[in-house]
Amino acid sequence: MKKVITIDPITRLEGHGKISIFLDDSGNVENAFFQVPEFRGFEKFCEGRAAEEMPRITSKICGVCPTAHHMASTKTLDSLFKVEPTSTAKKVRELVYNLFMFEDHLLHFFFLGGPDFLVGPEAPKEERNVIGVIKKFGVEIGKKVIQMRKDTRKVMAELMGRPTDPIFGMPGGISKGITNELKNFILKFSDEMIEFAKFVIKTFHSVVLENESYKKMILNDAYKIVTHYMGLVDENNFVNFYDGKIRVVSSKGKEIAKFPVEKYYDYIAENVEEWSYIKFPYLKSIGWKGFIDGDDSGIYRVAPLARLNVADGMATELANQEYKKMFDILEHKPVHHTLAYHWARLIEVLYAAERVKELISDKEITSDNIRNIPKNIPDEGIGVVEAPRGTLIHHYKTDENGILKKVNLIVATVNNSAAICLSIKKAAESLIKNGQVSDGILNKVEMAFRAYDPCFACATHSFPGEMPLIVEIYDKKKNLIKTIKRL
Amino acid sequence: MSKPKAAIYWCASCGGCEEAVVDLNEFILDVVAAVDIVFWPVALDFKTDDIKKLADGEITVSLINGAIRTSEQEEISKLLRQKSKFVISFGSCSHLGGVPGLANFFDKNSIFQRAYIETESTVNPKKIVPKTKSENKGCELELPEFYNTVLPLNKVIEVDYYIPGCPPTPDVIKNALIALLENKLPQKGSVLTLNKALCEACERKDTKPDKVLIKKFNRTYEVIDNGKCFLEQGIICLGPATRTGCGAACIKANMPCRGCFGPTDNVLESGSKILSAIASIIETNDEEEVKKVIETIPDPAGLFYRYSLPSSIISRRLK
Repeated sequence: MKKVITIDPITRLEGHGKISIFLDDSGNVENAFFQVPEFRGFEKFCEGRAAEEMPRITSKICGVCPTAHHMASTKTLDSLFKVEPTSTAKKVRELVYNLFMFEDHLLHFFFLGGPDFLVGPEAPKEERNVIGVIKKFGVEIGKKVIQMRKDTRKVMAELMGRPTDPIFGMPGGISKGITNELKNFILKFSDEMIEFAKFVIKTFHSVVLENESYKKMILNDAYKIVTHYMGLVDENNFVNFYDGKIRVVSSKGKEIAKFPVEKYYDYIAENVEEWSYIKFPYLKSIGWKGFIDGDDSGIYRVAPLARLNVADGMATELANQEYKKMFDILEHKPVHHTLAYHWARLIEVLYAAERVKELISDKEITSDNIRNIPKNIPDEGIGVVEAPRGTLIHHYKTDENGILKKVNLIVATVNNSAAICLSIKKAAESLIKNGQVSDGILNKVEMAFRAYDPCFACATHSFPGEMPLIVEIYDKKKNLIKTIKRL
Repeated sequence: MSKPKAAIYWCASCGGCEEAVVDLNEFILDVVAAVDIVFWPVALDFKTDDIKKLADGEITVSLINGAIRTSEQEEISKLLRQKSKFVISFGSCSHLGGVPGLANFFDKNSIFQRAYIETESTVNPKKIVPKTKSENKGCELELPEFYNTVLPLNKVIEVDYYIPGCPPTPDVIKNALIALLENKLPQKGSVLTLNKALCEACERKDTKPDKVLIKKFNRTYEVIDNGKCFLEQGIICLGPATRTGCGAACIKANMPCRGCFGPTDNVLESGSKILSAIASIIETNDEEEVKKVIETIPDPAGLFYRYSLPSSIISRRLK
């Protein structure tokens, strides 16, 4: 008799992410589905809007990463109006963007995904959260984390208008520059950022990597899927969040594509399934082969580990040292171990901190030459950034007055949707045998998708270990035969 | 005596309202000390079943953010209404429909058509769109129903108070919660912040002439901001028709207001209010000329109703 297990991580009613696992007659995993039961339709209702309003409209796609949408949209306006932003504007945008990546990644490490390691994957659930982290590492650390978040958001608000929904992006530049006073504050703060990033990485080494059982878990096949990778790189093939070319590396580590974002639809295609509101992107050259991994599948991954896998290194000194260390220890490139996302994310935190220091030290950063006025007639624009959760593409077509006719968005987490499905299936397969399901499955399945820091988890600020989870086991007639709750 | 119970829930929203609660920083600890949060799926581990078990009215206050876009959102809102003494509509989407409410310019079919069939990157020769019930290799899967129309919260349940903003600012949230905890709530149906137009709190207000007269409206990207009132510069700013409480954050970032706090009391809807405010500053009475000036406003419907289409008199495109 076939059984259905529904894992509803953010509670069934919440509806921003839902996992259903189906067992075959002998009780082994037959299939797994990662469903997104939420949809708002920005691609349609942005039609008819004035293009210059898009950075302020699309930032409402996500309240956790509004800066990513705001920036992708602003860059799309540069392209649409064919206007080059001033050198200062570009630097200020990149500065803000790195502050944002720093803050967002740290939030994940301390509040969301990190506690699994910092406190322990099998620690009591009431400890496996940020409070548990503070308990283990001391109140001073807790205070420091909150202080860093507060200060970073304060600086972001000063620069962009508001921390939650930025408003400063315009075609050809920005609406507000940096005062000398703010520059001095950020310059001082950037040293604190670097020190804090170093401390976090040191902690990751001592707590996670020097612990044999954690290391084994990272390398365990349950958390490994073989895919291709995608991410932005600069002219030296180093990781860049704000600009560059999109590079795709195969599961065997070979560069299979490198293109400017304007050509994205020659390389990326999206598959639709009737059981989810999310789409499933894949590499067009390989095609959609279904939910399977391997070199012959078109499924690719994005976000921190993918960015490090596609790059040849990091553009800043300390981050690059750590980058080399990661690939030395994990021995392979690309790294296919999903839990290594956590490590990659911290290397990016260090890079972001170093990059903030570089940019704020630039002489031009306080110049008031922050905008070029667009003079050309708009028609089509495409822009890209690396959001914390992966490659994010905006694509607008307008009439000659800049009124939108068509909008396409490839949102960061969406790129990973098929891979998340595979990761969940793999973890479930290795944990559920002969119909035996235990409470232990819950956190370990969660860990398989939490490593991606997927937006549906991030956006809900679910604290690991506190995340409500229900596993409901039904027989084929949908009679509930067993419920496991973690309350 | 047991502490009063509170619930927080989100519907069609972006998570920004949740961030706004987290941005209360230390104050949130005072709130947690004063009330028992019995439901906050984003942070705490309680289920719908736990809510169902409560007596009607047992929750003192439920804060609900997000618009109503799917069947699931309507169901949970109704459950919370039944169990709560007060329901506070939290943030622009819940209050007025918000940015996702712009979808009311279209219908469900055209939205699905665009997102799942038409976009440049979608490859979907079989024209598959998501369904509420589907089967995949013998596995039955369900999704909530996507409604044709976006609704603000008060169109599906009775709402007692409103906390405006996209997202609400920490001060507005804090003051509203203090009023609630100290039992100093105003008349039912009130918006819990100042009843003043943004212009009154704007740092550029001294540069707003008594009568702004305009021959042509400018796009924000066409002019270099001179630090004066945006209307004076010929840039549409929704300040005259928008409630204050936001700290004029957008203006401070040198960008015009887009109306996320909604209208002041006694104003039926933001859109027609701003339209009449705009009409009064056009420098001519000649109908033809007025028309020409109005035509320089890009996307007036999407601009004037940016946050409020589902709560306005005509809440959606009919044809």
